[in-house]
Order: sequence, then structure tokens, then C-alpha cells
Amino acid sequence: MSDRKIKLQIKDMTKKYDNGDGVAHINLDVYEGEIVTFLGPSGCGKSTILRTLGGFLDVTEGDITIDGKSIIALPPEKRPTAMVFQSYNLWPHMTIYENLAFGLKLRKIPKSTYDPDIKKMLELVHMSGSEKKYPGQLSGGQQQRIAIARSLLLKPSLLLLDEPFSALDAKIRQEMREELKKIQNDLGITVIFVTHDQEEAMALSHRIVVMNKGKFDQVGTPEEIYDDPQTLHVASFIGEMNFIDADGKTIAVRPEDLTVVKGTDKADLNATVRTSMLMGHYVSLTAQYGENIIKCFVDRDVAEDLEVGDAISLAIGKHTIFKDGVRSKA
Amino acid sequence: MFKMLNPKRFYYAVGRKKFLEFILLAVFILFFYGPLMNMLMLAFANEYTVPHVLPEVWGLKWWGYVFGQKSLVSSIIQSFTVAVITTVISMIFCIPAAYSIARFKYPGRKIFMLSFLLTNAFPKLGIYTSIAVLFYKYGLMGTYPGVIIIHMINSMMFMVWLPSSAFRSVHRQQEEAARDVGAGPIRTFFKVTLPMAMPGISVATLYTFLGSMEEAQGTMLVGLANIKTMPVAMYGIVLDSSAVQIGAVFAILLIIPSALMIFLMRKYIGPEAIAGGFKMK
Ligand SMILES: Nc1ncnc2c1ncn2[C@@H]1O[C@H](COP(=O)(O)OP(=O)(O)OP(=O)(O)O)[C@@H](O)[C@H]1O
Ligand SMILES: [Mg+2]
Repeated sequence: MSDRKIKLQIKDMTKKYDNGDGVAHINLDVYEGEIVTFLGPSGCGKSTILRTLGGFLDVTEGDITIDGKSIIALPPEKRPTAMVFQSYNLWPHMTIYENLAFGLKLRKIPKSTYDPDIKKMLELVHMSGSEKKYPGQLSGGQQQRIAIARSLLLKPSLLLLDEPFSALDAKIRQEMREELKKIQNDLGITVIFVTHDQEEAMALSHRIVVMNKGKFDQVGTPEEIYDDPQTLHVASFIGEMNFIDADGKTIAVRPEDLTVVKGTDKADLNATVRTSMLMGHYVSLTAQYGENIIKCFVDRDVAEDLEVGDAISLAIGKHTIFKDGVRSKA
Repeated sequence: MFKMLNPKRFYYAVGRKKFLEFILLAVFILFFYGPLMNMLMLAFANEYTVPHVLPEVWGLKWWGYVFGQKSLVSSIIQSFTVAVITTVISMIFCIPAAYSIARFKYPGRKIFMLSFLLTNAFPKLGIYTSIAVLFYKYGLMGTYPGVIIIHMINSMMFMVWLPSSAFRSVHRQQEEAARDVGAGPIRTFFKVTLPMAMPGISVATLYTFLGSMEEAQGTMLVGLANIKTMPVAMYGIVLDSSAVQIGAVFAILLIIPSALMIFLMRKYIGPEAIAGGFKMK
């Protein structure tokens, strides 16, 4: 990892709005060819960071460098970044071709050079033949593809994507995700992706930055984030998680890390079966443990001889312990 | 086919709601196009006396008469000159104002916006009189600039409100995307913002032009006898009323530019563009 080239560096960056909202003391290194995702609940400051990178917001303090050069004094048109917004990316009074060519023309690239590039890029995003159409004639997903194509044509040093798929329905989202990952891999570009969908973040990223209330909670690979959440917020935000309170501490354990045994006193916790729901190849079972409701995923054959109200014992497998919201070393 | 002309049959065929709509539409058409047709007819009537429905003699006599009269021809030229200058100057002043209202949040923005309404809220004659007092002081009475200022005051509300709402309907992200791909702020305005706001601006421009073409009250008051636009000249003709046909010819001359402009801007003019202009936010 250490021999990889650093593309983007955010150094102790603070951006405060007039009303006091914003992000503070952000530090992050992004390596070349990486997809880094900012993940967090609405209003946590994901877009704020992305917009400071794109040049649409001035930073209050700190510095941002790309390839070692500070960019904070540059207007958006001078930055080596390209941004795709959640929606309203395209200019409705221009055809798709004109939309794609706009930035290339500004760079004084001759048409003979960019024309084949546009054709190739349209092929890459599976939109060949849409050159003469207007954005209003395309579906939401197709429009976002064009927006991504437009950004890629400019060969940005850094591609910024602010929830580009959030307006699309689940199936197209999935497709777009896969396509983006493939395109990124083929072209080897560096991508910063913003989403509040943890599934999307897990599927797409090399590293995830989990954010909460203007701060970074944890930065790590999807595996690290999933297996080793550093704060209670990360644990609750990513995947499904049970929280069991015990003597001032919180035990966090995933439904797949619990083993269910029929009968009392056979394992760590004594509980009773509350509900049982067939999910396909496994059963999602909830158990009542004191005040807590615990969710477990169990095999179908185990679930078959359990009835609602039966006494069971739960064995806790892999888990994490939190004290005052942060991970306790013990 | 002719069976359908029986009202009862028609009523049951299309249903009650449609039938009422149809009646309403028919009345509407009669109401709007009736006078228009009558006027068209009169303009081409060499001789016409009241009890007749159709003119006794058709012809272009009155067109010849209008274009033969120096003062009438000059009124046509004056009207167009004033309207074109009013429109151009209004655009130069009002479009930037509209943009600032749409894009920047500054204290007093709402009041600024409402101030344009005020010029249309007070009785016109009162405003004209008080303006006339000022104009005397500055020697603007009976001059083109004086008349043009009056016309601009009349159209300012449209010229600011409609384009402002048009600018507001351009999403910020669309402007930001243009900056992002490498356009500076000025290029972004002319290549993205302005073209996208064009429908609203066209409608406003049209209103300004047509409003100026038909303004008579203020022109008479401020223009004194020096400036005689078509509507002012029309007053004289109507009072004279020796021949209604001259009025009809004039009316058509007034309609031609409107029709032409509406035709040229048809792409941009729709109920939404007009209705959109009156949202205040
Ligand atoms: N222009 C602004 N002026 C003042 N406060 C703002 C402005 N833009 C955003 N904020 C505030 O800053 C905080 C972070 O906003 P931001 O848009 O970065 O959130 P986000 O993580 O992108 O959320 P979402 O997932 O909803 O897009 C929020 O509390 C928001 O209300
Ligand atoms: Mg956001």
C-alpha cells in the first residue's frame, strides 16, 4: 500500500457554513486508482466535502492537494476534477452530443480528435445512438450514464460522484454500480463516491469513510468496516447488528454470528423464540432476551423444530464490545 | 354525418361535461374572434353603412388613405422606434436585475421585487402626473427619452418577474456542471443559464414590446403633442370617427407585429412560462 501514489490529500480541512453546520478537521489520503466512498446519514457533511473538492465551496481552514499541488485557490473550471451530481447534470437545451462535446470544445480540442472519443465513450456507457437526442428524451438512468460519460471524457484526475444513482430504482442502481466499477477498473481513474446507502458503499469501494455529524468515524476497507466497527455508530450503520447491554457495556453481534441451541443453559444467553421468518435458504429468527430483542440467522433444519415461545440458548460468536460509544479494547 | 348536427344527439354522444365545454368554447370563439373578423372585414371595406352586415364595396381604399397621410405613416414609424428602444433598454436593465433576484440572497431582495409591483399597483394617471412634474424639471417632457421611460415603467414588472422566475428554474447544479467542465462564470451564463431561461425572457420581451406598442395614456401625457405613436393617433381618428375603417386598418397594423412576434417565439411561449412568472419565492 505504502508504495502507491497519493492522488488526493485532504489536510486538516474545515468547512463551516454561516449557521455553524459543516465539517471540521478532515484528514484523508486517497491513492491513485482507488474508489473511496463517503458513507453516512443525511446531513452528515458528505456533499460538503465533495463540493469543497470540486471547487463549489471555499474551505474555511486547511488544505486540499491533488498530485501534491494545492487546489483550494482554484475555481471549479481550473480544477482537475470532474463531478457528477445527484440530478440535473445535463443541459436540456443541448443534444447529448453537444452536452458531451461542451467541455472538450472549451479545451480547444479539434472535433476530429474528440469525435471518435465521444463515440467510444457512448459505447462504454451503453448509450450509442443517443447523440441526437435531448436529455428530456432519456430516462433517469440513461441521463446519469451520459453525465458520467461527460465527466470521463475530460479525463479528470479525480472523479467526484455525489449520490449519482440515488434517483434510480433498485435494479438499475445495481447495474450502474457494476458498470461504474468496471469502467473505473478499465480506466484506472481515482473516484470519490458519496452515498448514504451502505450496500452500495460495500459493493463499490476499495475503502469506505463512515461519517457522522461532520466527522469521520472510521476509514477502512469494506471488510474492516464490517468486521471491526470502531464506534457504535459504525456498527449500527453498516449491516445488521444486535446490541446487547450488559454491565455498562454494549455487546454488538451480527445475526449470522449467533448460534441457536434448543433448551435452557446450553450457551451464553437464555432466551425465548419470538418470531421466525423464512428468508429463502435461511430463517431469520428473533429471540426475546430480557428487554432485548435479538435477531439471529439460523439454518432451516435448526429452525424446523423450534416453535414460537420455545426456550433457546444463544451462543455468541464473533462480536465487538463498546463502552461509551467507542470500541473497548478488552 | 348530418345527424350529428342535431344538438340532442350531439349532447348524448359526447356526454354532458363535453357538451357544456363545447358550448363554452363556441361562445368564447364568437366573443374573441367575432370582433376580430368584423375588424378584418371593415379594413377592406371601401364603403360600409351600419344596417348592412357585409360591406357594400370591398377594396383597399382606406389602406391607401392611411399610407397616404404623412402624419399617420410617421406615427407608425414612431411607434416602432419607441417600442424597439423600450424593449432593448428594458432588457439591458431588467435581465441583470432579474438574475440577481433569482440567484443572490441579499437583504431587501423581496422589497426590491415588490417595488416593481408598485408601479402597476397605483393608479397610472397619478404616477404619470407626478412623473410629469419631474420631467418638466429635467426637460424630458415631449421627448423620446421621456416617453421611453414611461413605457419602461409600465413593463418593468413583467420584465423582472418573468425572467427572474425563469432564471430560478435553472438548477444550480446545471450551472455548476458547466463550471465543472471548464466554462468560466460568464460563459456559463451565456451558454447555459441564459438559453435555459429564454422562454421566460421571450415572453417578457414580447409583453414589453406589445405593451409599448399600445400604450397611449402615458405617451399622450408625457409626449405632449410632439410624439404621436399609433395608439395616440388612433385616439384622434376615433374621436374624428368619420370612417371606422381607418381604425380597423390601424388595428391590423398593430396586430401584425404581435402576431409576428408570437409566431417567431412560439417555441418559447406556453401557459407554463407565463404562469411560472408569477411565483414569488
Ligand atoms: N449552503 C448551506 N448553508 C448552510 N448549511 C448548509 C448548507 N449546505 C449544507 N448545510 C448543512 O451542512 C450539513 C451537511 O450538509 P451536506 O449537504 O454536506 O450533507 P450530506 O451528508 O450530503 O447529506 P445528504 O445525504 O442529505 O445529501 C447539514 O446539516 C446541512 O444542513
Ligand atoms: Mg448530499
